Amino acid sequence: MTRYIIRRLLWVGLVVVLIVFLAYVIFFLMPPVDPARAFAGKRPTPEVLETLREQFGLDRPFYVQFGLFVKRLVIGDEYGWPGFGFSYATRSPVREELFQRALVTIQLSLGAAVVWLLMGIPIGILSAIKRRTFVDRFAMGFALFGVSAPVFWLGLMFLYIFWQKLGIAAGTGYVPFGENPLTWLNHMIMPWVVLALLFAAFYARMVRGNLIETMGEDYIRTARAKGLSERRVIVRHGLRASLTPVVTMFGLDVGTLLGGAIITETVFNMPGLGTYVVRSVFQGDLPATLGVVVLGALAVSVMNLIVDIVYAYLDPRVRYA
Amino acid sequence: MSYVQAEGPVPEGRGPLLQVKNLSVHFDTPDGVVKAVDGVSFTVGRGDTLGVVGESGSGKSVTFLTVMGLIDRRYARVEGEVLFRGRDLLTMPDEELRHIRGDQIGMVFQDPMTSLHPMYKVGSQIVEAIRAHRDVSKKEGLEQAIELLGKVGIPRPDERARQYPHEYSGGMRQRAMIAMALALDPDLLIADEPTTALDVTVQAQILDLIDRLQQEFNAAVVLITHDLGVVAEHCDEINVMYAGKAAEYGTRDDVYYGAHHPYTWGLLQSISRIDRPRTERLRPIRGAPPSLIHVPPGCAFHPRCPYVMEVCKVEVPKLIAAKGKHASACHLLLEEKERIFKEEVAITS
Repeated sequence: MTRYIIRRLLWVGLVVVLIVFLAYVIFFLMPPVDPARAFAGKRPTPEVLETLREQFGLDRPFYVQFGLFVKRLVIGDEYGWPGFGFSYATRSPVREELFQRALVTIQLSLGAAVVWLLMGIPIGILSAIKRRTFVDRFAMGFALFGVSAPVFWLGLMFLYIFWQKLGIAAGTGYVPFGENPLTWLNHMIMPWVVLALLFAAFYARMVRGNLIETMGEDYIRTARAKGLSERRVIVRHGLRASLTPVVTMFGLDVGTLLGGAIITETVFNMPGLGTYVVRSVFQGDLPATLGVVVLGALAVSVMNLIVDIVYAYLDPRVRYA
Repeated sequence: MSYVQAEGPVPEGRGPLLQVKNLSVHFDTPDGVVKAVDGVSFTVGRGDTLGVVGESGSGKSVTFLTVMGLIDRRYARVEGEVLFRGRDLLTMPDEELRHIRGDQIGMVFQDPMTSLHPMYKVGSQIVEAIRAHRDVSKKEGLEQAIELLGKVGIPRPDERARQYPHEYSGGMRQRAMIAMALALDPDLLIADEPTTALDVTVQAQILDLIDRLQQEFNAAVVLITHDLGVVAEHCDEINVMYAGKAAEYGTRDDVYYGAHHPYTWGLLQSISRIDRPRTERLRPIRGAPPSLIHVPPGCAFHPRCPYVMEVCKVEVPKLIAAKGKHASACHLLLEEKERIFKEEVAITS
């Protein structure tokens, strides 16, 4: 198992480097903005541009720039480890802002993840065991709504209803937990719920489908034949087997979200990775963009690894060598 | 339509353990009503072995799943009576039935590969069965489970109890299933095609094991199978089912040495026997089992029956006792049946 994990971690490193390389290639093959020109302000002289390009390292071939980027990433730069370089747009080190924003995105994603699990799994279970009843139809109606409602619309509706009309929730923006935990919570709840609704709906449908399928398995009949209570049959036998695929999905979804929940962050005006990467791309801020790409790639591949490891514990038939 | 039988007479002094009276199980489907079981009656005495024989779709499994209360009553219409020690399991509250299930009636299923939960250790699955009915600690339960695994012939049971089902072979899994079904010393063991999914050599071992444990645990056994050969060796009485109804009922000797129903004859002729010269090919029963939605009118077997008469196409034959327990549902005259069996079936089968 340890050998397997080490091997997989090496793969994670390779995947991240490859993704960064791809991002580099894309950036250099179709440059919409010249970072030096953007940085230099209005009507720069050719000399100024030349100096800036030299400072940014833009005068070197892209593979050298790429190599330097990876090198800084591995051994750190003058602003700390890992080194993400200097933002073309804000003229400050990427690292600090990146980490601050990552913290916001992590809070948003993990909070939403808790909310959608708490909503999706019980709804799915209820729907499956009350199949074809009113409860089931209602729950699946909700799921259909959740899957179809666009997040930006949902977010705006929430803001309109709970903030503007009812005035019971805080509006947009982000307040750090350390500043005031209650205000923090008040600001987080709506983004959590809005982001979670889509996933909750999806998970409810998945849990329902899996559980219904599992409840038709032979070993469920065996469990009933043993004289177990229906509750135990559903929870210990049915749910146990049907939640394994949910764990897989969950890991991947959280990994993806950790790379930035762009729409939710935009609607609620949260300083997370999503809004950061959008801004950076438009400003041609390569180091900042790459910073988010690295974090996103890391999140996805590490979550993938965690899912695989957890899977081995959940399903005894899965063993890695 | 009235249906007269002929519950197999109860052996003296023992009283029936299980008495099924006129049981019907119908499923409503969008295509029509599936008459999976349609008026079946039989009796199992304490310590008896009843063989239930029939093709796929003859209603044999559904009958016993209903007995166990494992049919979803929301989708099935169940009529009749299932008396276990004189109490009707069909009208019993779920909670009470649950205490009988697994405790007084154990069940072994067809496919051991899928009948054990893949994510729990075999030992703990047996412990779970024990603890569902007895107030014992997990440790005591595990000791009992290990002892049971030893009894069903699993080597190094203490190690094996800590393994998962996927680490067992098919035969081992079926042994574990049997251990689980017998964990609480039930009075009745229902084995639903326990050997169908297994290799031939393993089949014999499993059946011998059931025989041996039946003696040891003094349980009545219902052996559901499509293989008359299996029944011959292991059962006292035989219930031949066709299209949800009993076609013939009798002791083993009644059925093997004097079957009265053309369907039973077909089954007898289609098994290969090592004690007879190989003079001709095995004779399959022509045609296929009927749809249980559109059961042929009259005798359900008439489209496949070589001895079909006009009356068979219109009137459902009643299960009529000929001698003792031996009864058959066929319009042929008794003398005809005996003659045909002697002249055609006994020779070729």
